Amino acid sequence: MGLLSDPNRRRALISMLTRLNAPICVVCYFAGVAWFMGLAFEPFTLRTYMSENAMGSTMVEERFPAGERALATGREFAAHKKKVGGMPVDWLVKNMQDRGLEVFTQSFSRTLPFPDENKERYIVKGTNVYGILRAPRAPRTEALVLSAPCSPGDNNNQAVGLLLGLAQYFRNQIYWAKDIIFLVNEHDLIGMQAWLEGYHHTNTTGMSWSPLQGRGGSIQAALSLELSSDVITSLDLVLEGLNGQLPNLDLANLFYAFCQKIGVLCTIQGKLQRNDWDSVSGYNHAVQTMMLMVMKQASGRPWGDHGLFLRYHIEAATIKGVNSFRQYKTDATTIGRLLEGMYRKLNNLLERLHQSYFFYLMPSLSHFVSIGYYMPAFGLLAVILLLRALDLWVQLNTPPSTTEDGVADIDQVRHTLLSVLTPLVISHLTGVALYALPIRFQETAVEHFPVSETEAVVLTAIAIYTAGLALPHNTHRYYIVSTVPDVRGWRVLKLVAVLYLAVLLGCTALINFSLGFILALTLVPLAAFVTPHVPKVLSAFILVILSPACTLLFSVFFFQELQDMPVSFQDGWLLYLSVISQGILDHSLYGSLVYPLIALLVYPCWLLFWNILFWK
Amino acid sequence: IVVMLASPAVMLALLMLNILIIIHLLSVISQNSAGQFFSSGHTNNWAVLVCTSRFWFNYRHVANTLSVYRSVKRLGIPDSHIVLMLADDMACNHRNPKPATVFSHKNMELNVYGDDVEVDYRGYEVTVENFLRVLTGRLPPSTPRSKRLLSDDRSNILIYLTGHGGNGFLKFQDSEEISNVELADAFEQMWQKRRYNELLFIIDTCQGASMYERFYSPNIMALASSQVGEDSLSHQPDLAIGVHLMDRYTFYMLEFLEDIHPASKTNMNDLFKVCPKSQCVSTPGHRTDLFLRDPGSVLITDFFGSVRKVELTMDAINLTDPIKQMEEDPVNGEEQKEVYSYADQLPVSEIIHQKPKQKDWHPPDGFILGLWTLILLVFFKTYGIKHLKHIF
Repeated sequence: MGLLSDPNRRRALISMLTRLNAPICVVCYFAGVAWFMGLAFEPFTLRTYMSENAMGSTMVEERFPAGERALATGREFAAHKKKVGGMPVDWLVKNMQDRGLEVFTQSFSRTLPFPDENKERYIVKGTNVYGILRAPRAPRTEALVLSAPCSPGDNNNQAVGLLLGLAQYFRNQIYWAKDIIFLVNEHDLIGMQAWLEGYHHTNTTGMSWSPLQGRGGSIQAALSLELSSDVITSLDLVLEGLNGQLPNLDLANLFYAFCQKIGVLCTIQGKLQRNDWDSVSGYNHAVQTMMLMVMKQASGRPWGDHGLFLRYHIEAATIKGVNSFRQYKTDATTIGRLLEGMYRKLNNLLERLHQSYFFYLMPSLSHFVSIGYYMPAFGLLAVILLLRALDLWVQLNTPPSTTEDGVADIDQVRHTLLSVLTPLVISHLTGVALYALPIRFQETAVEHFPVSETEAVVLTAIAIYTAGLALPHNTHRYYIVSTVPDVRGWRVLKLVAVLYLAVLLGCTALINFSLGFILALTLVPLAAFVTPHVPKVLSAFILVILSPACTLLFSVFFFQELQDMPVSFQDGWLLYLSVISQGILDHSLYGSLVYPLIALLVYPCWLLFWNILFWK
Repeated sequence: IVVMLASPAVMLALLMLNILIIIHLLSVISQNSAGQFFSSGHTNNWAVLVCTSRFWFNYRHVANTLSVYRSVKRLGIPDSHIVLMLADDMACNHRNPKPATVFSHKNMELNVYGDDVEVDYRGYEVTVENFLRVLTGRLPPSTPRSKRLLSDDRSNILIYLTGHGGNGFLKFQDSEEISNVELADAFEQMWQKRRYNELLFIIDTCQGASMYERFYSPNIMALASSQVGEDSLSHQPDLAIGVHLMDRYTFYMLEFLEDIHPASKTNMNDLFKVCPKSQCVSTPGHRTDLFLRDPGSVLITDFFGSVRKVELTMDAINLTDPIKQMEEDPVNGEEQKEVYSYADQLPVSEIIHQKPKQKDWHPPDGFILGLWTLILLVFFKTYGIKHLKHIF
């Protein structure tokens, strides 16, 4: 007889499962964490390599000569920007036209749901200016984008100057097979979102923009430049985009290959690569780089202007020029040559970048870990949930000590399932309240309390979150049936909750591994151990510590530590509040899914476990 | 002693004898050199040059083919006898910084595209089917002459293939492959249809030697740029254009061919030595077992050039007499050639039930005889033997 159909063997398996459940869960948890930490260890990673045959090696000759002139243009741009007090649209249009591009503008406006305190804006109106360099001999079917943001103050002037310098140089070459669009966007991400929506004729976020008069063809790749000083010491590559989406690894490989060829120092996450992987400090360095990438990916916000391109399946990255205190300085001509080389290679592309990985983690710029290597870390954590579910199923199916006849049993099961429905519905309604109410009631909050709108929104969110903790004391009154309150009822609820959490975390990890893994790290232990029989006060405390809000708080402190900028508790708390407000803003402005996920799905799931803890 | 005692008459006779011997020897020698003069046996030359890869990063394959085309034209084969198949247009590719040129040496020393290139099969017309149809001659009647290989049984054909290949196959255009078995069968079809006198097959791909392993038709000599399991490497990139310009084997073969002129006497053994492992990194190979002549006696220009055999004569030939018909005289000892007739491929008369053609009368088969005997026996069995007398 088979292993599972033989009753003796089945009983043996089941008894082994129930006996060893807790130890296996603990072992799996630590194995998952160890696997994740081991990903940064260099022998377990692969060296990056160029997968796209059409891009080939870096054998082009870069001849961009005009770095100084580009910087002068940047200074002129800064002067005009100060004079106009915003984006100098007319100057940009004239300048691009003088360089032989087809210039168009797009105006857009957007009222934020509540004022953004970080960037001090509420009603945003702006103009994007872009010039198209038409390919001399090719049909207008494909395009590449080079963009630089127009930032207030002294930021990114050199980026716009270099963009215009490159535009002039590129215009004189005849080997372009794709149109190149030079874009200067205002109000960084909001302007970029307006431009992309106009380009692709979609309107997902409710912004109002004027339609684009000129268009280039389907965009194959895009680079965004952020350069704020005349002389730089290193170039930083930013890959993380909206909802944790990453561009194709070939784009990072291309950047790294050209950095090596030209001899510019290149970093990722602001950290330079080290060669001593076998020492403790070297390993620490790699772990820190990887954790920074995980944190940034989990937050779901676009960390550069490129982040919004990824949604349209356009591979994009941001290149930031960093001026720190190093000996070797690079000038604008070298950066121009690097960009020229990258664009010549992107010009050779015949189809979209698809040969290399889309899901990866990078402990350094020359090493990567692909999805096949990092998914088992999450899988080990998900296995814990499945083992717990199996254990609960076994417990539910063993008949209780006082046997009743079949009819009452079935009734009890049915009633138990119905009673599970009540906590589920109430938790999800609380989640909906957490999602919708903060923005809706910000005016009433501002009337009654002496706070600004942003603070009102954030504090309402925290208030609703904490109010949810009070729920279990009330839900008992709303049970639909009045039969004997079932001692086993909590098991059914826990089974449903554990499976729900497993599916939720699994789906999240597929799309955004970092978010799924971080949530799994905190939620899986609490899902595993919580029952009504554990000591209430201690477990309540642990549950609150491991809840999504506290995870976010700890992540904020950890993120600041990783960037070598530790904050005090006061500053950390303010930073935490601003992170929540940014999350809500990102959702309404760009369609980021982290806030709805946490509010509508993860928080109700956590409430179910809170409910189980206080089950009577 | 006997000679010294001879009389002057005998001496004169001996002298005459010597002169006769010398003249005879001379005639024999001249006959030998005349034989050598016509030893190759071919009267015309053809070339089929194929580049099978497209896309900008396969620039070097087009440059390979065009450099062989250039050498072959320089040595005398005209465009009407060259079938040039290029799978992609590199000269007018949007990414070419020097439009209308294809360079084979870096720093743009040598433009192999020129202004008199005639491409017969271009772009998507370069397919396995078209290539095999060109070789075997099975082309639709609407195909123009420039796209046909109109070779006969006295043609020497040079076939040059380049592209991406593997063990036993050559990739055409990123979507199909030709296998070495197909190629060998195509050459056998050519042999049976008497479409070539001798064939030189050169292939410059990775693992090229696998493509000539399966040949089984006579009079084929084959060269490949690398053995099975080896990759053929590209030669040098040009940084201004941004791609590799040539493959190593063809580069060194081109350098070798630049030294050949129509009157040179270099033979195939020198071609086998082109691009040793030190230059090519891969090991070039060749196959001569199917070739009837010794490779040392085969001139390079037998395949790469179109050398017309010219016989100079100082004698005047009298053409005033009317030309008499040579009568066929079977008594002469020549073999009577068989008269061939076409098989009746479409017997229309039988299909539409017309009066059939007059066939020779055959006596009835044994089967029919047997059948009648059986019928008779059965008849007499049933009705008794005594009725026989009613018949006779």
